[in-house]
Amino acid sequence: MTEPKTKDSHLSVNVWRGGNEGELVNYQVPARENQTVLDVITEIQRFQQPDLAYRFACRVGVCGSCAMTVNGLPRWTCRTHIKKVVDNGQLTVEPLRNLPRIKDLVCDLEPFIDTWKKAGAPFSGSRTRYDPPANIKPDSPLRQAADAGLQCINCAVCYSACDVVHWNRDYVGPAALNRAWTLVNDVRHAKRQETFEKAFSENGCQSCHSHGNCTRHCPIQLNPSESITGLKKMVFKGLPKEDKK
Amino acid sequence: MNRYLFIAQRLSAMILAPLVIIHLGLILYAVSDGLSGAEILSRTHGSWAWASFYFAFVLSVAVHAPIGIRNILKEWTSMNQAIINGFCLLFGLMLLLLGIRAVTSVV
Amino acid sequence: MHPLRSHKSYLASIGHRVSGVALAVFLPFHFLLLSTAINGADAMDEYLTLAEMLPVKIAEWGLVTLLAAHLFFGIRVLLLEFTHWPRRINRYAAWIVPCTIATILIATLFIIRVY
Repeated sequence: MTEPKTKDSHLSVNVWRGGNEGELVNYQVPARENQTVLDVITEIQRFQQPDLAYRFACRVGVCGSCAMTVNGLPRWTCRTHIKKVVDNGQLTVEPLRNLPRIKDLVCDLEPFIDTWKKAGAPFSGSRTRYDPPANIKPDSPLRQAADAGLQCINCAVCYSACDVVHWNRDYVGPAALNRAWTLVNDVRHAKRQETFEKAFSENGCQSCHSHGNCTRHCPIQLNPSESITGLKKMVFKGLPKEDKK
Repeated sequence: MNRYLFIAQRLSAMILAPLVIIHLGLILYAVSDGLSGAEILSRTHGSWAWASFYFAFVLSVAVHAPIGIRNILKEWTSMNQAIINGFCLLFGLMLLLLGIRAVTSVV
Repeated sequence: MHPLRSHKSYLASIGHRVSGVALAVFLPFHFLLLSTAINGADAMDEYLTLAEMLPVKIAEWGLVTLLAAHLFFGIRVLLLEFTHWPRRINRYAAWIVPCTIATILIATLFIIRVY
């Protein structure tokens, strides 16, 4: 083992430079008491490498745009404190796995967004503005089931963590199926049957092997693995019946 | 995986699970004093119970195994989907024919 | 090992898959051996005496172990997919240790029964 290239109170940060072809480039970044991975990347971009490409927007874990691979694992970098991930003063930051790389830490999210369409994502309302809003009991079983999968920030961490996606890029992946789960349980959704059938198409929920990487890495503690299992369970019985009033 | 293939594979798995448990039990029971053709055939010969047991076994395996192989080839090789489907169909038919021949020769 | 793969549920799934492939490869030969019985018990015994050789015995033991592994980890998959659990429990991590113990038990029993 060679000594890590760390000067005192500096982090040794390897950052992916280039597109699908490229290399890791080392930067020395001052270590601070309070520092997220995104802060470190920003510091490199501001002071050392002005043409470093990376994505972020909100910096507070809402927008889902700053996900990267940090020391081998997909993470939301704005809410990942350095102390949590640094390994002997070393940090390696790469773009997300399973997606084409555009430049440096930016990858092309289009294949990921496409999976949402493949799994039947668009909500289709059945009422007009002149109808009264649907009367949904918050504690009804279907609503509870749908609620459990909501709040996804579309960060693609689960898609990047999934080994089945890694093996078969046609597999729609955890995020899209989690979305499909919320829709098939949403009685306001006019195309529940269509969403259901899309979720069960070739490369749909049946491809999941319950590795659990999606759930393990979801930054907001959703459980896509459980949503996919929920879909699989419908294979014999079909779409869940609407709740009785 | 296609929805109907998924159903076929999981249903055949549900049938196979108890059959394999019996099969393993029999292996552990029979293996202690060596295997002999006479011993195996005395058990299976003319027995409708064993015949239907092994027929169910062969049928379920011929459904279960090719679907699993299909998933693996899809995920772990870059083979063309049509070739994978054809190969798995042939593999299933081969298992079915060899299996039926095996069962009919021991019954 | 890649950090995304160094956990039990990944190993369980790979083990289930690899044992399945091995069994699928072995099955046609198993059927062919049984078919020799069509020419009577003696014809079958010609092949069965092979089973007394140590390497063949070891291979046999391997197959029994693989069958047990595929059975128990297969039951695990069915339980994961088709039983009801409270949502907050991460079921993908469940039943791996019992399945491993059950497999080892069958593998040991086979050795005990042979000797």
